[in-house]
Amino acid sequence: MTSDTPEKSLSLKQRFDRWMIKHGRVLVIGIPYVWLFLFFLVPFLIVLKISFAMAEYAQPPYSSLFDWIEEGVTVTLNFGNYLFLLSDNLYATAYLNSIRIAAISTVITLLIGYPMAYGIARARGSVRSILLMLVILPFWTSFLIRVYAWIGILDREGLINAFLLWTGIITEPLIMRQTEGAVFVGIVYTYLPFMILPLYSTLEKMDVSLIEAALDLGCKPWKAFLKVTLPLSMPGVLAGSLLVFIPSVGEFVIPELLGGPNTLMIGRTLWNEFFANRDWPIASAVAIAMLVFLVVPIMWFQHIQTKQEERQS
Amino acid sequence: MSGKRSTFLLSALVFGFAFLYVPILLVMIYSFNEGKLVTVWTGFSTKWYVSLFSNDGMIDAAWNSLRIGVMSATLALALGTPAGLVMSRFGRFKGRTLFSGMIAAPLVMPEVITGLSLLLLFVTLEQMVGWPAGRGISTITIAHTTFCAAYVAVVVQSRLSGMDTSVEEAAMDLGAKPAKIFFVITLPMILPALLAGWLLSFTLSLDDLVIASFVAGPGSTTLPMKVFSSVRLGVSPEINALATLIILAVSAMILISSLLILRSERNRSRASSTEEA
Amino acid sequence: MLVPEAVLDRAHEDVHKTQPWNNPDAVPFIRFENVTKKFGDFYAVDDVSLDIYRHELFALLGGSGCGKTTLLRMLAGFEEPTSGKIYIDGVDMAGVPPYERPTNMMFQSYALFPHMNVEQNVAFGLLQDGVSRSETKQLVADMLALVQMSKFAKRKPHQLSGGQRQRVALARSLVKRPKVLLLDEPLGALDKKLREQTQFELVNIQEKVGTTFVMVTHDQEEAMTMASRIAVMNEGVINQTGTPFELYEYPNSRYTANFLGQVNLVEGVLIDDDEKYAVIKSDEGGCEIYIDHAVQGHRGMTFWAALRPERLRLTKEPPENIKYNCVSGKVEEIGYLGGISTYHVRLASGKRIKVTEPNSTRQIEPRYTWEDPVWVSWEAGAASVLNK
Ligand SMILES: Nc1ncnc2c1ncn2[C@@H]1O[C@H](COP(=O)(O)OP(=O)(O)OP(=O)(O)O)[C@@H](O)[C@H]1O
Ligand SMILES: [Mg+2]
Repeated sequence: MTSDTPEKSLSLKQRFDRWMIKHGRVLVIGIPYVWLFLFFLVPFLIVLKISFAMAEYAQPPYSSLFDWIEEGVTVTLNFGNYLFLLSDNLYATAYLNSIRIAAISTVITLLIGYPMAYGIARARGSVRSILLMLVILPFWTSFLIRVYAWIGILDREGLINAFLLWTGIITEPLIMRQTEGAVFVGIVYTYLPFMILPLYSTLEKMDVSLIEAALDLGCKPWKAFLKVTLPLSMPGVLAGSLLVFIPSVGEFVIPELLGGPNTLMIGRTLWNEFFANRDWPIASAVAIAMLVFLVVPIMWFQHIQTKQEERQS
Repeated sequence: MSGKRSTFLLSALVFGFAFLYVPILLVMIYSFNEGKLVTVWTGFSTKWYVSLFSNDGMIDAAWNSLRIGVMSATLALALGTPAGLVMSRFGRFKGRTLFSGMIAAPLVMPEVITGLSLLLLFVTLEQMVGWPAGRGISTITIAHTTFCAAYVAVVVQSRLSGMDTSVEEAAMDLGAKPAKIFFVITLPMILPALLAGWLLSFTLSLDDLVIASFVAGPGSTTLPMKVFSSVRLGVSPEINALATLIILAVSAMILISSLLILRSERNRSRASSTEEA
Repeated sequence: MLVPEAVLDRAHEDVHKTQPWNNPDAVPFIRFENVTKKFGDFYAVDDVSLDIYRHELFALLGGSGCGKTTLLRMLAGFEEPTSGKIYIDGVDMAGVPPYERPTNMMFQSYALFPHMNVEQNVAFGLLQDGVSRSETKQLVADMLALVQMSKFAKRKPHQLSGGQRQRVALARSLVKRPKVLLLDEPLGALDKKLREQTQFELVNIQEKVGTTFVMVTHDQEEAMTMASRIAVMNEGVINQTGTPFELYEYPNSRYTANFLGQVNLVEGVLIDDDEKYAVIKSDEGGCEIYIDHAVQGHRGMTFWAALRPERLRLTKEPPENIKYNCVSGKVEEIGYLGGISTYHVRLASGKRIKVTEPNSTRQIEPRYTWEDPVWVSWEAGAASVLNK
């Protein structure tokens, strides 16, 4: 073995090889680890810290938790921000509203996306790949511009109103933008591809003969769908729903551009606290609350989900 | 019976794709409208494209976005690839749970939280060590790299776990050391996934408004920030023109890449069918 | 051991050379010493000790999941034993990584590098060792000629058929002249005809290069045709090791007897024994079984007589000596396979006995038909006696 060659006779390359074998593993783990630790984990600790501070007119605009006096450090924790979140029901409303809007939009997306995914999965080969490309294409174009497209349609001076006024069905323009309905439209529109793709991939993998077997055994087509297709596509339904629900809960752009001033969503609230009110500690407290009541449950759910899938396979 | 079903599916597809594409098509059509209003068509004109290209603020923002996109996608690839490798090939090690958590979390983290937390980090760092002095392109790049790296890691991990480990074991059996195996065997095999990861990161970075708004500084306005501030006020024909350009560029890219994929697949199947004959 | 002295007693110089396992002075080339491998709480390999000699073509045979691959992977260095030691050519392999072991492996899935052509695949291992380009080129060309793949040198793996891939994988693992070549189900992915043809080619190549082969298979026929010796594994344990002949004629357990070829197992109790013979009384068979050698055990102990179907005789008339080694029954099923016919005979006890007879002459009609009363008989030397 090479291990008993004396150190001196090793070439530089051999030394490097030996060093890599010994430390390469640590290096490969270490670099991404350190980066994510520094730029992902540490920031949350800072958010946590600042959520206990008080807002001040200063640069940066919050008080310091640590006071350096002669005997040492004193720590002043200020729970005021959290108490404020509890006392003002704006925040609870915004939180519940976000969940409600995201959930309703997810269901609508599912209702539109499922038949589409099913239709694509049953299409002939070449048609199928074209349809699939048409689903993927909007995903690569700008998200902001897709939301923007609806402004021109739903606005007071927008296309729908212009058309309806022209036909004479209405005499006064309808208010469609700056309503909750517009937010639903925006979310469904922008996240529809995220629903269709996982649904498609489970439906496409599904064996057609299973449905044929059900029909052969005397099932009516809709019953075969309910008893065979739907249960088997559940993983796709779940994956797609999560892909829609998770980003829409924290959505800022859509309620800001399409929603009205009182379409409260938690992401928008945080943004306003930070940019409009310049209240960094409150914004931090909102962030921590979102983390605890939204992100942690979602991650926990996903964890359970993957565990279950692993066990099944 | 099956006729009824396929009618339903067909109308679902027609309605669904109309829903997806009519708004985009309208934007594209009205980018050639002479008038400023969306509602009235006053004649064909390309003047908004001219005015878009003479809008220095917009051009600067686009340039910033492209630079940030390329840098953060490349950095994300450099960080995300080893992370994906670690997740799928390194087995257990101390701190693995935290590591996998830090890779999974950015994918479900609301953008407002990521943006806020990174801004607070940069402010704190500046106070403590004087770096980064002010915010700008570099802070946006760091922010984008962080969440894009998580996406790359997931893409690489799923590609690797779908790949038979015996190929890498064969290389080791034939005398190749771990680092060599990675560069000579694993890397070429996951190249398509790496390319996909890079493109995904680039797109995510180009598209991001929220995080960039938090960590940007003066002089580092990105394209989405610029678009957002102008769109807030309502429809703008210049944005229509910009949207049209973006959509055309993306469509062309997707068309080309799918043609390439199609051709290589066809070559492959032809090669194997001549073999069987 | 149930192997009679006579079989072992043929030891002379020649045998020591061709059968080193019968030579007490021979030094094993590969040695497993009480090797155990646990995955969690599960024993994949349980306290295995095994010696393999130079130039052998050694087969590990056993059912699915019995730990064959695990044993092989420990030899290659992909898994470390939980306990026990592995020696190759006298060197303890503990802690030696796969890329420093004198072994090469041919993978069950072949594991060819998909982005390299045939030539590059075969050259890969040599280049790792710093062999010069020109020498590599020569060695690769020779090896491709040996496996008859020279024509396909520039092809990528996905442009090859299953049998061609198998050859490339073999060439790639052989070209480094390993001390030991490990083969995990080398022919598993081939169809039956190609498989039989390749078995002989593989043996020829092994004889040509003289490398020690350790091969995993779950196909007993394959193991019997190819191997110098076979280890029969079951649930992480080696049941029996021996030449194909020894395992077939002198199995040590019902598991081995069942695994290699077909066998009728008849349960009975030892009622009489001596240095020269033994008699087992079987209620299941409804007869007494006379064996022409001694068995280890005492009277009253349960034994199983293993009767190979081709050693049984089928007659319409009762045989002359009706006292021992014959039973009567009715033909229940007939399978005509052309060269041979198989008959299932139902005994009075309900037990079914399988008999095969060669169809050595052309007949107008089958000799026996369903429900025919028949007698099944055998020679005193036909049965082997098993105690587990
Ligand atoms: N990495 C592993 N982790 C956990 N269990 C394992 C692992 N590898 C193998 N096993 C288990 O060890 C047992 C033996 O596996 P092994 O692959 O050696 O079987 P085998 O004899 O080669 O079977 P086959 O003929 O199906 O290839 C199996 O029950 C398998 O489930
Ligand atoms: Mg195996």
